[in-house]
Amino acid sequence: MSLLDYFRTSKTSSASLAKERLQILVAHERTSRNQPSYLPQLQKELLEVIRKYVSIDQDAISVNFEQDDNQETLELNIVLPDTNKKS
Amino acid sequence: MARIIVVTSGKGGVGKTTTSAAIAMGLAKRGHKTAVIDFDVGLRNLDLIMGCERRVVYDFVNVINGEATLNQALIRDKNCNQLYILPASQTRDKDALSQEGVGRILDELKKDFKYIVCDSPAGIERGAFLAMYYADDAFIVTNPEVSSVRDSDRMLGILSSKSRRAEHNEEPIKEYLLLTRYSPERVKLGEMLSVDDVQEILSLHLLGVIPESKSVLNASNSGTPVILDEKSDAGQAYADVIARYLGEDRPHRFIDEKKGLFGKLFGSK
Repeated sequence: MSLLDYFRTSKTSSASLAKERLQILVAHERTSRNQPSYLPQLQKELLEVIRKYVSIDQDAISVNFEQDDNQETLELNIVLPDTNKKS
Repeated sequence: MARIIVVTSGKGGVGKTTTSAAIAMGLAKRGHKTAVIDFDVGLRNLDLIMGCERRVVYDFVNVINGEATLNQALIRDKNCNQLYILPASQTRDKDALSQEGVGRILDELKKDFKYIVCDSPAGIERGAFLAMYYADDAFIVTNPEVSSVRDSDRMLGILSSKSRRAEHNEEPIKEYLLLTRYSPERVKLGEMLSVDDVQEILSLHLLGVIPESKSVLNASNSGTPVILDEKSDAGQAYADVIARYLGEDRPHRFIDEKKGLFGKLFGSK
């Protein structure tokens, strides 16, 4: 480190901020890129079917797609409403 | 075997046409017969950067439609007889390029040329799609700046899923990074993403770093690819890019600040 660098590092650099923001964004966009395109539609239709029987919120259902070397996993998570509340 | 190189970026204004002109000239200067094609239908500019705008008679779309032969449309470069330019059409018809037509012309060019450089338009529309579809190698032109890096990553996703090689389950397109408009001084000040920062995000094979340089505008003003300006930093950086692409080992000369003797002795790395 030269003497000049010592003064420069004292303020947070905009470049490191840029890098941080990009890393988060790119990671997020890459996961959604690898997902099958039918996923949002599937989520929407599942929600409609379940709503015929139970009243759930839009965000009570999550569909996750994961890809390993030799298998693809579709994870479905539905949070049913608290039945105690109803009664 | 002929190789098709696409010069692409997603984002506009990062230096795709400058790069296409430079690398096509560089390959041709090395003795490889090279064709460079402008895929930016409606907004052609490669002819201007190559300095052949007044010699355009027929264009890419004319050849696809059979209104001219390939030989009629190809313009021989005035500086290098191994280099030919196929200009884009100025038509406003978005569907002027057909996938089948582009494939046909590229097949014809492959018989006669060693390298075919496809200068992609910005965006991810038809022109950009067709420029990359048949590619063997991709030069991803990126500026050390957030929107450019993001768009480059998006482009990489498209290359790996929508190209002919991807569709036919062939060996994927070889992707290379070309970082342009780089300013080592600003990187040192923490104002600009460094090569390592960009590499950490995109993790591509780094073909070269082109420094921000006055010579690029000078070259486009006069219509001569910047690689011909052998005294300029950008020209030398592009010459290194060609050497590396052809398999030679060249150290990166333009990543660090230009240092005087004092800086070399006392500065940090």
